[in-house]
Order: sequence, then structure tokens, then C-alpha cells
Amino acid sequence: MLSIQVNGQSRTVDAEADVPLLWVLRDELGLTGTKYGCGVAQCGACTVHVDGRATRSCVTPAGALRGRAVVTIEGARSKVAQAVQTAWRELDVPQCGYCQSGQIMSAIALLTEMPRPSDADIDAAMSGNVCRCATYVRIRAAIHEAARTLGG
Amino acid sequence: MLTRRRFVQSSTLAGAALLVGFRFDGSPTMAADAVFAPNAFIRIAPDNTVTIISKHIELGQGSYTGLATILAEELDADWSQIRVEAAPADVEKYSNLKAGPFQLTGGSTAMANSWEQHRRAGATARAILVEAAAQEWGVPAAEIAVDRGVVSHAPSGRRATFGELAPRAAKLTPPAQVRLKEPSEFKLVGTRLPRLDGPSKTDGSAKFTMDVYLPGMLTALIARPPRFGATLKSFDAAAARRIKGVTHVVQVPSGVAVVATKFWAARKGREALRIVWDESRAETFGSEDLYRGYRSLAGRPGAPARRDGDAAAAVAGAAKVVEAVYEFPYLAHAPMEPLDAVVHLRADACEVWAGSQAPTVDQQVVAQVVGLPPAKVQIHTMLAGGSFGRRATPNGDVAGEAASVAKAIGGEKPVKLVWTREDDIQGGRYRPLYVHRLRAGLDAQGNILGWEHRIVGQSILKGTFFEAALVKNGIDATSVEGAANLPYAIQNLTVELNTTIVGVPVLWWRSVGSTHTAYSTETFLDELAQATGRDPVELRRALLAKHPRHLAVLDLVVEKAGWSQPLPAGRARGVAIHESFNSVVAQVAEVSLRPDGLPKVEKVVCAVDCGTPINPDVIRAQMEGGIGFGLAGALWSEITLVRGRPQERNFDSYRPLRIAEMPAVQVHIVPSGAAPTGVGEPGVPPIAPAVANALFKLTGQRVRRLPFARLTPAGVHTA
Repeated sequence: MLSIQVNGQSRTVDAEADVPLLWVLRDELGLTGTKYGCGVAQCGACTVHVDGRATRSCVTPAGALRGRAVVTIEGARSKVAQAVQTAWRELDVPQCGYCQSGQIMSAIALLTEMPRPSDADIDAAMSGNVCRCATYVRIRAAIHEAARTLGG
Repeated sequence: MLTRRRFVQSSTLAGAALLVGFRFDGSPTMAADAVFAPNAFIRIAPDNTVTIISKHIELGQGSYTGLATILAEELDADWSQIRVEAAPADVEKYSNLKAGPFQLTGGSTAMANSWEQHRRAGATARAILVEAAAQEWGVPAAEIAVDRGVVSHAPSGRRATFGELAPRAAKLTPPAQVRLKEPSEFKLVGTRLPRLDGPSKTDGSAKFTMDVYLPGMLTALIARPPRFGATLKSFDAAAARRIKGVTHVVQVPSGVAVVATKFWAARKGREALRIVWDESRAETFGSEDLYRGYRSLAGRPGAPARRDGDAAAAVAGAAKVVEAVYEFPYLAHAPMEPLDAVVHLRADACEVWAGSQAPTVDQQVVAQVVGLPPAKVQIHTMLAGGSFGRRATPNGDVAGEAASVAKAIGGEKPVKLVWTREDDIQGGRYRPLYVHRLRAGLDAQGNILGWEHRIVGQSILKGTFFEAALVKNGIDATSVEGAANLPYAIQNLTVELNTTIVGVPVLWWRSVGSTHTAYSTETFLDELAQATGRDPVELRRALLAKHPRHLAVLDLVVEKAGWSQPLPAGRARGVAIHESFNSVVAQVAEVSLRPDGLPKVEKVVCAVDCGTPINPDVIRAQMEGGIGFGLAGALWSEITLVRGRPQERNFDSYRPLRIAEMPAVQVHIVPSGAAPTGVGEPGVPPIAPAVANALFKLTGQRVRRLPFARLTPAGVHTA
């Protein structure tokens, strides 16, 4: 049995310590907003926050999270999160949408750390998030838009 | 007209979230006889929701939003009351009118084949609602107006919502004739409407096949042979069965399936399998073997796909001959959602959850696998996390595999089959490897006297049920499209095809034949422009004099890109224009050089004529995305076979495009009142040749083997 804190709640799951957080979230806790895309931290579809940092849950063993706070797209409710999601909707960023939870979680982490990122900052922070639909033009624009509404 | 921002806000304020996937739940307020469903595409409930039933899958291209726009337009509905639901598999009701008789999302046909159908569906529903109001109020139908979901009669001041009229409307018979709007009457078509699937795709609630979880559901992974065409000799499942959570290890036609309670256990179980494959009949060609053989075949005559005049004689007698050979690798589709399907097989029926572009094909395939009549196989089409053609297989491969696992375990519990990313990258169904040879003869004034184009590669359609319709006289239309219909005015022109047989499974990849024909024809034309000292735009204009649609697109892109304006040092522009799926797209790429010698695409200006623009913002998004997808293939992506084995495994070695490599994109849409044509694919073909043509200006180097990454030792895949 493993105990982890997800979206502000303490959860106990019947999983071994080496199971990646991604599969605990999806298969044990029903939090399906976090996606499987590659399994080797190359695409970012599985991005969640661990203690506020963007983290690839597909390579993070669930057993390594004792005392850490995990936030998934379902629990992203901060002011920054709301600004990012609003900008995402207003600019109609998603196409297929499968990578967007991960994109949004990376964008929230970026704007929380850096209120007014440049294009280069965005490229650096978002380079681990792949979008095969190539919605990148709008991802960039939506991050700038969210920064603007947050007064960054 | 509401601005977009106000629209989003007012929708939110009204609490009318634009939900996708709403389902009729049979609750008391929604008694079936109170629901107004005049045809297969629309259902209006007493709660005033209008549900559009989409025969096309939503895989990112905006089909749900586009189809809803067309129907809502003629219905005069309010956008906030619209929901979309995937249609069941039903060839009678939901056949693709341009490609059928089967239900298919493909060939960028969703809007084109639904335009009339959805307009009529909406207009019919509107006419019945008006008639219901006329009866209810005892007024002439001609005095009734409909606007944004409200039916009103000005003289009496009476008003009703669609929902209020639905129970009465449900009892009326549809009229035989309906009037469709004139384009000048459009209120929704041509405006910027928020995507219906936007909200659920920003809060994590959108449901893809991967997100289907059913009570007792098991997860299956399949171990498949390491080479195409190899078969199972024997396997030892003892260690796999000892993994906690593994419930079954079973042989299926494509390999050995490990079934477990959860994904991770299935993965561990698969790793623990010991399998001996029989590779005696496996394909062992490597990519370099194929290139070598194909280059040789490119020197031999092929089956004629087009023959105008006598190109061979014209080239032979020309003052100058230009020749080039182009090489294109195998490409995987690699949609973000790995391939998957859920099958729940019971004794007398079967349910399938999948994101398939061809649900009626899946239905047939699954029925055959499990031994039930197709009518007993119910298909739930889910949102798909990208596809790019991969989810349109003539043999329903993924759903068929999932069904084979369900059958092998006795069908007790639902099974979700998951392909890992490695399974996807290494699993075949690639865009075929091709070699093109082009030769042109020029006279002393630089006129193109003859053009000979020969294409060598596998047929996508041979041996599939599409063969009868799309392979004629040895020519697979998908191998030569974009080349055989070259629009340029060249009197002597031949296009020939040498079709090869290789044991690597292939498939269409977003924009299909045009993924390679646009590159070879549009870069070769630039070579001819250079050889004769002509401006690439001026030469294209001269050769397109009889193609006003092409000319208008070219002129628009040239104007918007400032083609003749000077650029800073170290930058160059390249142009390409290509017609695919009845749309014409031209792009000007502005390119600089990275320190490693690869092109950095700074900016792309794109012009598109896709007939009536239904949702301009969706069109812009498809052009942006098409450019990014095409650029990924041009710059980085390649499947390399060595002795038959794909070398790339995941996104580390099969490189996608990342955000820093995405150019700024400007999209300009040619105004048009013609019937809508495709947008999902036509944005892809021009980008690679436009970049190549710009790169030549910077480096003097012609890139004739893709991807561009091969230009630099650092970029060559070493996986």
C-alpha cells in the first residue's frame, strides 16, 4: 500500500512503490486528465506538479512521493491556473487535445515562477511538451495572454 | 455580431458550457417522445439543448465544430445550446458521401461531404419548428421568424424556445422541400466561433479511448514480432504469469497478449515473456537497400499515370536538361494518443470504444473476429488524440486486435488494448519510402519543353478494399496524386509509377501522396527557375495562367509575405504552392540558418482557398498545425530500417517538432462562395518545399533526401 497526497487529499492505493505516478493517477485514482504519451519523459503529456514543479509523472515512481504534494490538471485551481485555462479557451489552443493537460501544467509552472516570460523563456520551459497537432503558435500566444491578464 | 471574447464570457456567464459528448439519458424531463429528432443528425430536447450527431470523428481537425456550425446556421440556433455527439456506426445513415459506402473520416472530406447534408438537416428541423409554432399559436408560418434559438411571431409578440416547441415538433412530418439560405444570410458560417471541444480539452475532462474505464476492465499489451512478416514459433509465459496483476497470457494473430488488471502489470508481464519468433519469412530489407533498388527502378519506365505530348523526345531535343533524384523515408504518424481500443465481448453482443476514422470498417472486422453479426457490434466513437491517417486502416487493425484478445480470454471482462509508444513507432503502417526522378528539358530562352516524372514506391491501397476504387491500370492514385495532376502549363509531360512490393506495412499519412509529390515538384520547379534565371514566383505565375484559383492564392501569399521586399542578411524566402483535397494552399517560408547548418524557419505566410470558409479560426488552426506537422517530417522525422528492423523507438529518436522550432504563422483565407473543400491535410504539402527553396538561397544546397536533419552529422539519427 502506498500513500500519496493528490490535489490536496491524502490517498492510499494498492500499488507497489516502483509503479509510475502516471499509472497510479490513471489506473488507481481515476484521474484521467493526465495522459500517457511516451512513457520515457520525452513528450510531457503526463506532466503534473510535484511541490509546484512541473514533473513527468510517467518516470516518477509513486513510492518516491512521500511527503510531496501532487497536483494534476483536475486539481489545478490557482489564479495562474485559471488565467492559463481561460487564455487556452479564448485562443482555442487545443486541436486533438490529448497533450494539452501536460502543456497547461507546464505553462502554469512557468508563469508561477516567471510572471512575464519572453518567447525564449517559453521555448525553454515548454520544450519538453510535444504537440503533434503543432498548436505551438497558440500555446506561445496563450502563455503571453495569461501573463498579461495576471498583470505580469 | 458578438466579439469572440464577449462570446466566451457570455456563454460562461449563462452557465451554458459547451459540452461535448452529451448523451440522451432517458431522464423524466427527456421522455423520448418529447425529443424532436427529425433526421439522423439532430436532436432537440425539451431542455433546449440541440445535439448534433457527428458522423465524422473529432481528432483535432475541428470536425465537430464545423459540422455543428453548418447545421446550426440553417437551424438558426444559438451557439450556446449546441452539443455534439459521435454517431454510431451505421452505413445507411452515416456513409461518407464523397468516399463511401462506408463511414469514413478521411481525405479532408468532412465539410465537403456534409455541407449539403447538414444544411438540409438544419433547414428541415427549422421548418418543422416553425410549423409547430404556427400550429400552437394559430398564426401563419410565413409570419414566424427564428433567430438565435428563439422562434417568434412579431404581430402577436409570442416567443418560444426550440425546447418548448420540441414535443409538438416531434409529432410533425418533415416537409418535402426546404429553402436553404443564401450566403448573404449566413450568421454563423464564416464567423469565429469557439470550438465545442475547447473547454473539455483545457480542464482534463475530455474523454479519449485511453480514458475509458469500465467495471472489471483489464488492460492488454501485445508482444509483436521484431520484423514485419515474422510469426510466433513458441513462447514461455511462466515468468509473465507470476507478475502480480497478470491475469492471462494468450496467443492472438498478431503475437502474444499479456492481460492484466492494470497497465503497469501488463507492461511488466510483457517484458517477462520469453518468445521465439520464426523470422524465415520476415522482411529483411533496410532503408538503404530500398533506396538503392528504387534508384535503379527510377531509371526504368513505369506505368503511365499521365502522358501529355512526348516528353521523352522534348527532353532529348532540349538545349539544357535538368535532372534530380529525391528520396523520402518511411514516416510514422505518432499521434499523441497511442493506439488503443476497448472491447467488451458478451455471449450475444459486443461493444467497442475506439477513436477510429472508419467505424463501420471496425464494426465488420470486430464482428468477424468475435463471430457475431455486425448488427450485434456496437461502436462508441471516442475523441481521438490525433491520428494523421493512422486510425483509418482498411483492416481495422487496432479494434480487431482488441477483439481478438477479448475472444481469447473468453470475453468475461472488458479489455483495453494499449499500444505503447514503442509499439506505435516500430509497428509499421508507415508513410511509404519513395524515390522520385525528375527530368526537364529547357530551350535557350528558358521555356520548359518537357517534364518527366517517375515515382517509385509501395502502394498504400493494393490488397485493401480500396483497391477496386482507387487503383486503376496499375496506378495507385495515392502514389501519384499531386504529380499526375501537376497544374503547370507544360506541353510534354509524363508521370510514371513503378510500384514496389515490400513487406513493410504502409498507410496514408496526413496529405498522403502530396507528402512527397509536393516536395519533388515544387523544389524541382525552383531548380528550373534558377537554371533559367527566372524568379520562382514569376515562373509559377506564367505556368498557372489558366488556373485562376491557384493564381489568386499565389498572388495573395506573395503580397502578404512581401515577396519582393528586402530581407535582413542571413535570411531568405522560399515559396511553394500545391493543390490537395480540392483546396489550394501556398506558403512563403522565411528561413535563417542554425549554427549546425539546419534551417530555422522564422516565419511562414500561408494563403488558402478552401471554398466557403465555415470556421475561419479552425481553418487557421489547421494551416498552423499542418505547417508544424509537415515541418516535423521535413526537418527531423524518419523511420530507418536496418535489416528490416525499425531503429527509432520513441520520441527521443523519432523526433517530433518542438515549440522552439515552430515558426510564426500568418494565415490568409481567400474569400469564396464555392462549396467547402478540405482543410485538415492541405496545409501540410507546401511547407517542406518552401523551406527547401529558401534554404537553397542561403546555402546553395539542394536537399534531395529528407529529412533535412541528414544535412548535418549532428542531426543524423544514431538510434
